[in-house]
Amino acid sequence: MPAVQDTIDRVRKIDVDQYKYGFQTEIAMDKAPKGLSEDIIRFISAKKDEPSWMLEWRLEAYRRWLTLDEPTWARVHYPKIDFQDIYFYAAPKSTPGPTSLSDVDPELLKVYEKLGIPLREQEILAGVQKTDASELEEVSDNVYKSGRVAVDAVFDSVSVVTTFKKELAQAGVIFCSISEAIREHPELVKKYLGSVVPTSDNYYATLNSAVFTDGSFVFVPKGVRCPMELSTYFRMNEKNTGQFERTLIIAEEGAYVSYLEGCTAPQRDENQLHAAVVELVALDDAEIKYSTVQNWYPGDAEGKGGIYNFVTKRGDCRGDRSKISWTQVETGSAITWKYPSCILRGDDSSGEFYSIAVSNGYQQVDSGTKMIHLGKNTSSRIISKGIAAGFSQNTYRGQVSAHRKATNARNFTNCDSLLIGDQCGAHTVPYMEAKNSTAQFEHEATTSKISEDQKFYVMQRGIPEEEAIALIVNGFVKDVIQQLPMEFAVEAQKLIGISLEGSVG
Amino acid sequence: MLEIRNLHARIVDDGTEIIRGLNLTVKAGEVAAIMGPNGSGKSTLSYILAGREDYEVTEGDILYNGQSILEMDPAERATSGIFLAFQYPMEIPGVATMEFLKVAMNEQRKARGEEPLKIPEFLKRVKEAAASLSMDMAMLKRPLNVGFSGGEKKRAEILQMKLLEPKLCVLDETDSGLDIDALKIVSDGVNALRAPDRAFLVITHYQRLLEHIVPDSVHVLYRGQVIKSGDKSLALDLEANGYAGVIGEAA
Repeated sequence: MPAVQDTIDRVRKIDVDQYKYGFQTEIAMDKAPKGLSEDIIRFISAKKDEPSWMLEWRLEAYRRWLTLDEPTWARVHYPKIDFQDIYFYAAPKSTPGPTSLSDVDPELLKVYEKLGIPLREQEILAGVQKTDASELEEVSDNVYKSGRVAVDAVFDSVSVVTTFKKELAQAGVIFCSISEAIREHPELVKKYLGSVVPTSDNYYATLNSAVFTDGSFVFVPKGVRCPMELSTYFRMNEKNTGQFERTLIIAEEGAYVSYLEGCTAPQRDENQLHAAVVELVALDDAEIKYSTVQNWYPGDAEGKGGIYNFVTKRGDCRGDRSKISWTQVETGSAITWKYPSCILRGDDSSGEFYSIAVSNGYQQVDSGTKMIHLGKNTSSRIISKGIAAGFSQNTYRGQVSAHRKATNARNFTNCDSLLIGDQCGAHTVPYMEAKNSTAQFEHEATTSKISEDQKFYVMQRGIPEEEAIALIVNGFVKDVIQQLPMEFAVEAQKLIGISLEGSVG
Repeated sequence: MLEIRNLHARIVDDGTEIIRGLNLTVKAGEVAAIMGPNGSGKSTLSYILAGREDYEVTEGDILYNGQSILEMDPAERATSGIFLAFQYPMEIPGVATMEFLKVAMNEQRKARGEEPLKIPEFLKRVKEAAASLSMDMAMLKRPLNVGFSGGEKKRAEILQMKLLEPKLCVLDETDSGLDIDALKIVSDGVNALRAPDRAFLVITHYQRLLEHIVPDSVHVLYRGQVIKSGDKSLALDLEANGYAGVIGEAA
């Protein structure tokens, strides 16, 4: 039908070629030489003023990495990555101690402006440095009263600034870059880093352990409910640079924290590598809610360029009655390889995974979750919504397992896929394994197409085509959108709308 | 208001011609009934009027208020005042009926250059319309048509028609799947909308619906053509004697 060709043309035009955050910025950068070796790792560690135990940890991971092979089981295809052709460290050069906006590299300010970050926030982000941040925080407090989101901004390899530290500190919450945490809170980092995702975990996690450059660190002490949403903003700017961030979130007994990460990258012909590790630890009665809105550059209309997003995210419900909830909205990246998981170790602990994965153009998504039931009376819930358009391939891969001692484990899984057009594919690969006869696992899966019937019906009420599609798709993903913090639900809804404008065939 | 001239149309996918030289005129204020045996092209006609892309007009024209609508997409036709009450309304999962009504009403207002409705005014209109159709407001919080019974779906169609205030209402087998009480409610809803500046095209198999919605004219469709037109007595005649006689006359 002619409508199909028209649709494909429009998807190409709207989604892929007009990636909104595809600008790049000419900022003076401080870079390590290309490639990977023990010397590079020493360089990174030295740049960050790290203690020797950290360097040893990295080197051990690196030596292990050298013995590993790249995994090939995911349903994604890409040319072999040349790890010697990547810069593993790049940081914006900062003049020592800027005291006002005029001292900050104007290009950096422009970046934040383009990203739609309010001026006040830019001022803080752009970093009249942390040395003087307390004063700024007071000034900006009023501005933030409504939003109440503390931000950590990571530009390529380093955290540029973290806002709201003072107010958070009053509540006992530590929110800073992981580099700072290694220097300032070594006892916490030593205790928890690598305790959920060990350095030996998998190829990319091991690589990350060797070369991670920055990321966020959150510690919420016993009984504290974090007074605001925490958010980290990741931006990959520099050419041929890998971003290897490491995030560690710890919620002590009875603590609660809600955390959001957002990501963008410039439009480039070369592929960029992003291999992050996120570790969450929830002790007794603690709850961590982790939300992601990922909008890395997906590549151009022919599938050239774009981010390789190879990420290991895992939460450990270490304490009884603890709860970890992952919510993700994935719209970008050329290739996504990502399975935010929960280890349900504590008795009566619960894990949740809510996901929307949108793929368009030539994107390849292989994403899902693992729910590992170890404790008694543990429960997990998986709601996955995959939307495939263009020539993309969208795979849900999930594992639910119950250990032989995990009595009364319960899982509910629901995977729905929506196809737009007839050149894309959706795949569902669930693994289920119960070694305890009291386990109750439920799995539901559907695959559907936005039908001409539905679109015609909605348009017949006077709703133009693009709004009609957005309405149907937003209805499809509603269960997941509801899980996002209010402020980001609207953003996510818009992002999905933009990604799929005019894409019904 | 509506003038269909020598209309020929076929299915895009396989080229099958369904409408073969159809002529029909409906004046403002008129209720025209379209009757005919299965496969005569009744539902296809309603889809073509609403602008469905699966059909291609190969000859002839459709004039609405003197203007050809063939180049308009379904949303443009809807905002110009053409409404189709579907025989099988589609389910829209995750979209609350209320939300859908709001989007539809405001999109139509936007197309006419009007401001979106304020929430209290919107709610007032919906409440009134729902009450007149004996619809429960709780139902409007559910996703549109999802899990609705046959009768609920048809009522929801008439509710949308009431709220969107179209000028040309096409009802495709609105009586199918309705019990007698629901039929009465739906017919009353339609009759309440009869107005000098509004026309209806009522597509039905049976005379039964026409006892409740009394037509000004009745047209028999067979093999993609109107083979006979008359007043409401024609419907009674068909009920008594079947289509065979009329088809025989035309052949």
